[in-house]
Amino acid sequence: MTDLPLSINETQEGLIKKKFSAVELVDSYLERITKDNKDLNIFLTITGEEAYKKAKEVDKILRYKDIKILSDFPLLGVTVAYKDIFLTKGVRTTAGSKVLESYIPPYSATVVDRLEKAGTIMLGKVNCDAWAHGSSGENSDFGKTKNPWDNNYVAGGSSSGSAAALSANMTLTSTGTDTCGSIRLPANFNYLVSLKPTYGAISRYGVIAMASSLDTVGPMGRSVDDVRRLFDVMKGEDGFDSTVKNINWQKQVKPKLKIGIAKEFLEEGLDPEVKENIHKAIKVFEKLGIEIKKVEMPSTKYAISVYYIIQTAEVSSNLARFDGIRYGEKRTFFGEEAKRRIMLGSYVLSSGYYDAYYLKAMKVRTKIRNEVDTIFDKVDSLIAPVAPTPPFKIGEKTNDPLKMYLTDIFAATANLAGTPSMAIPYGFSKNNLPLGFQLLGPRFSEYTLFALGEMFEKETGYKPQVAKI
Amino acid sequence: MGSLSKDDVLHVAKLAKLTLSPKEIIKFQEQLSKIIDYVSQLSEVDTLNLGPTSQTTGLENVFRQDEVKPPSFTNDGYFAVDKILNKEE
Repeated sequence: MTDLPLSINETQEGLIKKKFSAVELVDSYLERITKDNKDLNIFLTITGEEAYKKAKEVDKILRYKDIKILSDFPLLGVTVAYKDIFLTKGVRTTAGSKVLESYIPPYSATVVDRLEKAGTIMLGKVNCDAWAHGSSGENSDFGKTKNPWDNNYVAGGSSSGSAAALSANMTLTSTGTDTCGSIRLPANFNYLVSLKPTYGAISRYGVIAMASSLDTVGPMGRSVDDVRRLFDVMKGEDGFDSTVKNINWQKQVKPKLKIGIAKEFLEEGLDPEVKENIHKAIKVFEKLGIEIKKVEMPSTKYAISVYYIIQTAEVSSNLARFDGIRYGEKRTFFGEEAKRRIMLGSYVLSSGYYDAYYLKAMKVRTKIRNEVDTIFDKVDSLIAPVAPTPPFKIGEKTNDPLKMYLTDIFAATANLAGTPSMAIPYGFSKNNLPLGFQLLGPRFSEYTLFALGEMFEKETGYKPQVAKI
Repeated sequence: MGSLSKDDVLHVAKLAKLTLSPKEIIKFQEQLSKIIDYVSQLSEVDTLNLGPTSQTTGLENVFRQDEVKPPSFTNDGYFAVDKILNKEE
């Protein structure tokens, strides 16, 4: 196949109309992976054998020309690449770390199970910053992932491989995790749509924990429609992650929507290209008849500080289980960033510093959360950049951890408040690198965000695009 | 607030059971000090009447029903369970 379909709709239509078979789809994706993976370093494990087995099952199901096929298997024939932090039964799962280089999980994550049952075909496990610690993909113990749009640039992290696999057209969909922008940032750097869901919307069972009060898992795709279809399958209680809530989802969207704009997100510390682009996006929403309302978020400037105290504290505790006895290798196998975060976390939790750092950060988190909640009493969504700059060059921030941490300055608020946010691609920089923005919403407002995203796609004539490589 | 001594770095490494090379000690001392200095901005925030946030869902004490399920199979009147170790392991 020369032209791979770029959406779920197109893929399933092609399968049902017999334009191509699932086996042929797998052929094409594996061919692309084989050709470009060495250079871009996206897949850590390729599960070709399993993919063919599943594709044959999919082709078998397709023979029963029943219209019910898609209600029984809503994601029939959809290929997926899992960030290598999702446990996959019998398939190596490394979390991007040498500590787990040879770890083979005995069970699969809830999300993996659900996507499997919905008819997806797993192509493999993709690279990420080790333990999901990073904003660029450069912290993987298995080498950095390059951005397929321009391989001198970072793919964005920590779900670097999940995004690059899509822009390199090596899969139709992927999954990621977002503790502070790790789904949204790489999506933004690769011209993709992605959702960081409400904390408690999707089970994290079987996903290696980073910072448990902030971790979320979510889908990545090339359109709002694809992301929504994945979300529909992934969401809801599973009996294994007690933070998940079953919600009576409000799919009907209010006729008059309001989007908030905050100067804290749109003026300070922004690259001029990103700034100009987001103001153009705001105009599009205005044209759609959406009321744009100014709001104030004075506490968001503390979000990164709060985040880097709470997150590292939780990291130091979650990574304590890697003692070389139960899972994988000894602690000497931890890479530099993991060590840095474990040290920071242990420091802010240690005797004499707990009140000044950890407890203080938890209190400021309350302040930020209250501020966010008050704003969402007035508006349905907030528009913000995903990152302060377009994709940056490989190596540009690696010697300065603080500079790297500040990449996530616009991402932190949604994680601290436990609210959803969707990254949407929009335009390209003068260097022809992807740009975009994020739409934040109140807890469990995913379907409003999808509706806003689709209105935007329609108005701008959005078409999925992959990098030319 | 905001700077770590070499002893602080060694103490924290000990708490976290991490072994550091002499080079790493110097590097981490500098980098961690810089980060701690940055996050110390929180001391300027008034949090007098605020409690800490440790979670955002509002859910508390989530329990499942404590139901007794019949065993999947029995052998000679005993419970039988699935094998948990495979030969190759």
